[in-house]
Amino acid sequence: MRGWLLALIIVVVTAILITIGTLWPVQTAIAMATPRLMSSSSSPKGAAQNLMQEIRRRNWNAAYAMLANKSEFQQADFIRDLTGSYTSLRSYAGLESFDLSPERATADEAKFRATLNWSSVVGTFQDVRELRVVKEGDRWQVEWPINREPKLPPQVIPVNYLRWDVIYRGAEDDWGAQDVESPHVRIVAMHPVDRGGGTIILGELLNEDVVPAFVTVKATLLAKDGSALATEDSFANISHVLLPKQVTPFRIDFPKVRLSQVDNVRIEPSSTLVAASADPVIGIEDQKLNPLPTPSLSGQLVNQSGQVVNIAHVLGTFYDSRGQIVWVSDGYANRALLPQTPVAFSLPYPADLAGKINNYRVVTSTFSVGRFQ
Amino acid sequence: MKRRLTFVLLGAVLTSVIVAGGLYLSASDGDALQIPKAVEAGSSFSIPTRAAAKAVLYIVSPAQVLRRNVEPGESVVIAAGDLHNAGHYLALLSGPGTTEKAEFDVVPASQPESLNFLAKPSRLPVGRPGGISGVAYVFDVYRNLVRESTPVSFQLSDSAGGTQTRSVPTRNGVAWVKMDSAPRAGAAQFLVSAGNVSEKRVVQQVPGEPCNLRMSAQRSGQRMILETAPVRDCNGNPVSDGTIVSFTQTYDGRSEATVDVPLKRDVARTELPARDGSVISVATGVVLGNEIRVGGQR
Repeated sequence: MRGWLLALIIVVVTAILITIGTLWPVQTAIAMATPRLMSSSSSPKGAAQNLMQEIRRRNWNAAYAMLANKSEFQQADFIRDLTGSYTSLRSYAGLESFDLSPERATADEAKFRATLNWSSVVGTFQDVRELRVVKEGDRWQVEWPINREPKLPPQVIPVNYLRWDVIYRGAEDDWGAQDVESPHVRIVAMHPVDRGGGTIILGELLNEDVVPAFVTVKATLLAKDGSALATEDSFANISHVLLPKQVTPFRIDFPKVRLSQVDNVRIEPSSTLVAASADPVIGIEDQKLNPLPTPSLSGQLVNQSGQVVNIAHVLGTFYDSRGQIVWVSDGYANRALLPQTPVAFSLPYPADLAGKINNYRVVTSTFSVGRFQ
Repeated sequence: MKRRLTFVLLGAVLTSVIVAGGLYLSASDGDALQIPKAVEAGSSFSIPTRAAAKAVLYIVSPAQVLRRNVEPGESVVIAAGDLHNAGHYLALLSGPGTTEKAEFDVVPASQPESLNFLAKPSRLPVGRPGGISGVAYVFDVYRNLVRESTPVSFQLSDSAGGTQTRSVPTRNGVAWVKMDSAPRAGAAQFLVSAGNVSEKRVVQQVPGEPCNLRMSAQRSGQRMILETAPVRDCNGNPVSDGTIVSFTQTYDGRSEATVDVPLKRDVARTELPARDGSVISVATGVVLGNEIRVGGQR
């Protein structure tokens, strides 16, 4: 008897959940569901939502078919606009969510500000597009603001490549056969700050040697009795490959330790000699601080070399008027850096620091497909 | 397999030591074997015995154990190379009614056969007095440390042809020196020799911190072409290619553009926007260079 009752309860609860899910589906479910569950294109917002859903599903055929301005570009251009022409963070990013903010609407036309939130292996990035939705007969269609990557004319950019190769000692060598020494690196600045109930270690590391170094920084917070409160190392917020005389900022977060508990900080930089290349050179131009409510440091990355850079990691160090580091922030360019072609970047910083920041310094580290560094 | 062999050898040595210890105790009042007080490692020698019956000769040290069967009245011949580990040895002859013992030393051969050479550091700036250290360990043909004082010659030859030479006798098998790094950058050959053997290490003598970093600028349309003068250290050595030179453009005290450029063929070259009123500065590491105001030289 009890078994029958339990089965009945399970069936009823399941039916209720199916009904709720069908009537009020979540965004993810809509994306995964059949087109029948999608919004109707009989309204401007419905048309824009449908387009976003198809982009999220990477159903390029359907998304392209929904556009009002198909005659202006080909489907391949549309795909390249969203995923990039060259391998980059965009190539493997997924549209996690989107937000449509209506800006203006008439009987035949509506405008939305679409914020596309992409997720990638190194975090999320946003893509903001102004969408114009127009009425075609009884249906609404989106005019996609195509963003074509500039094409460079064929040319030769002379580059004198410089790289370091390393011969390490062999396994069969005697103990007297010495190995090449690790690069000498030095902490040139260090500043612990209290933020959000945790402790953050900010600093800068200099490679003072004449060879490239792979660097990491480990920090241990010590209590008054000398015991270790926590140990963390820099992971994302550092440029790991440092060329001779290059400086990288670093940030190490201890979210569970209050600064008042800390009596001392032990910093251990480590370096390993690595083979590396001195190219490409990336210029960081048009740097500027953007005001509240979303404070950030933005600028343009310009690849001054001839090869395509697929991933560019950008690190910003923010200083106060006394030259002390107050924040370190990092971000990625979501498009590949083509030679001589500016690509925008943005590094957010906490709003409460907006009044303190007096200056800043930006560095980049890059990765190109087919190159070891 | 290696581990098993190690255990077997260890077992054999321990057993031999225990047996030899027992025999030593029982022979504490016995006669002495006729063995020279010092024998050169690997040399051949014979041990006369007075055994009246078959006996066994044990030669034991912490590093090596030998066992020989002895016929009555015969001498035991230790062949060349049989006893090769330097150290203090105990010889025990054990037989029915006979227990003889002797203690002797096996000393390393005086002729050096190999060298272990530690040269530190592998890389250092030019012009450092006493900056390079060399330590040589002298071994004989059986890898025994030659403790007898042996002259060792150290020679440091820099890329400009300069040579520093020192001859140092070993103390307890080790000889060491400190040498100065040359004023000219380049790979120095650090050679050590003792007798007929020699070992070589390479010590990279690298330029020091840049001296007098200066850049020049030339306007090209909307861009400023920036180029440093050849970057050299205070001894006139070109600073290593690949060294990062940072160009920073500021306007009203705030950074507007930055670019980190590696030195190539002694110069760093890049371009930045030509914004009138902005100031472009150059630096490498902690060394600052000159500043240029766009629209007027500084």
